[in-house]
Amino acid sequence: MDLAPLRIDARGSFCPGPMMELIRAVKGADVGQVVVVLSTDSGSKKDIPMWAQKAGHEFLGVDEHGDYDEISVRKAH
Amino acid sequence: MPKRLVIVGAGTGGLMVANFVARDLHSEIERGEIGITLLGEQETYIYQPGYLYVVFDLMRPAQLMRPVRELLAPGIRFVHDRATRIDTGKRQVLRSDGDALDYDVLVLATGSGLNLDEVPGLREGGHWFYTLAGALRLRDALRRWHGGKLVLTVGVPHKCPVAPLEFTMMFEQWTRQRKVRDKTEIVYTYPLGRAHSIQAVADWVAPEFEARNIAIETFYNLESVDHEKRVAHSLEGTDLPYDLLVSVPAHQGDELGAASHLSGAGNWYPTDRHNLRVQGHDDIFTLGDATDLPISKAGSVAHFEAEVLADNLVGVLTEGAQPTSQYNGRAFCFIETGLERATFLSFDYEHPPTVPEPTNAVHWFKQTYNRIHWANLKAVM
Ligand SMILES: Cc1cc2nc3c(=O)[nH]c(=O)nc-3n(C[C@H](O)[C@H](O)[C@H](O)COP(=O)(O)OP(=O)(O)OC[C@H]3O[C@@H](n4cnc5c(N)ncnc54)[C@H](O)[C@@H]3O)c2cc1C
Repeated sequence: MDLAPLRIDARGSFCPGPMMELIRAVKGADVGQVVVVLSTDSGSKKDIPMWAQKAGHEFLGVDEHGDYDEISVRKAH
Repeated sequence: MPKRLVIVGAGTGGLMVANFVARDLHSEIERGEIGITLLGEQETYIYQPGYLYVVFDLMRPAQLMRPVRELLAPGIRFVHDRATRIDTGKRQVLRSDGDALDYDVLVLATGSGLNLDEVPGLREGGHWFYTLAGALRLRDALRRWHGGKLVLTVGVPHKCPVAPLEFTMMFEQWTRQRKVRDKTEIVYTYPLGRAHSIQAVADWVAPEFEARNIAIETFYNLESVDHEKRVAHSLEGTDLPYDLLVSVPAHQGDELGAASHLSGAGNWYPTDRHNLRVQGHDDIFTLGDATDLPISKAGSVAHFEAEVLADNLVGVLTEGAQPTSQYNGRAFCFIETGLERATFLSFDYEHPPTVPEPTNAVHWFKQTYNRIHWANLKAVM
């Protein structure tokens, strides 16, 4: 069964806001579920893939939308 | 009918705003044109930065406490009770005893508190120095310390962003003084991919900790504590065995915000970064830890905000003016880098901090501030 992605709008929040919002959401998500965070903080693009690697989750990529980014991670365990 | 200013929360920010406004408007208060009420759930004010010294037996709790009533400028009415809900339509603050306070202008200075229940096992297995009771329990644990492994964990957001670093460096020097450094292992953890959220601080800390043989574990978000086996588990899958676990739990805003439908995520008030209005409410302002502003939650921030807010409140109360003074994100934090030296950070919205070389003079300046904080609260300094 495909789980609907969890979307978190962290636009306007500054480092470490968006990454911490993502971590909190991954904690509450189901295994296999995708978590998408919307961020206007440029540091998120760098920090989130590093965090996903360390935590063993799958980093799915960044969609750039001009003034904000959509960053996706799949909960792996 | 006097114009009524009600301030909720008799901590650092609430007391300072009340005192600044009362000193500026003492004639209007005497003539009965303005009324200031401060509503606080605590009758005793506690100087929280002192907890760090209590832990190492460097200050006694009594040195940190004063009755709120002794800290008030003349003309302020203090009500000892808890605010349970704000009725923004009726412009009333509802109290736990069932009474209500009418306001024309409201200031929410309700601070921040620890969320100890987010991490299972933390209450049983952990220590913290962010409350007086916690600081005393940690002091007692340190009095029994003969060596072992100390693990420090940090949840975000939390007030005083440098306190975890200060505790770690003070502890390190303290174990040297006690001649147990060679039997002590210290692990400092941080939730992000570097040792601190402020880049300049992270860059300074990494070599500093390496030179002092303090291990840094990054991307460490405490998930649970096995207090029987004495192991701290992180969300990232890192298990750290410990003899003493010291945690800075993540903070949240007071429940009043949620009960009044005024706060957002984490119970912080959505705040205008310059005039400190609660967004969407012309007659409600906030300051200190309670805001959702992307700045440090620190007493110095509450102080600089109180100056700006008081300026604006005087205009709002006496002339119905729009707020014109602007807060620029100014913050100042001392950093104790051990038991003899300190440095400081000074920054605002536009200017990130640098870390000056620690000195003995800055350490003594901080020691002095710890003893004259009262004058600052009373707005006489
Ligand atoms: C260990 C430690 C070290 C620190 N070190 C420093 C430092 O070196 N420098 C620095 O600048 N800052 C430091 N701080 C942070 C500083 O103490 C706080 O940022 C500051 O007190 C914030 O002021 P405030 O008015 O927002 O909140 P507080 O001072 O916490 O006051 C909030 C008050 O509101 C009351 N309240 C809450 N809800 C209600 C309600 N519903 N009804 C009635 N009353 C209510 C609370 O009881 C409390 O009295 C430190 C804090 C700690 C814990």
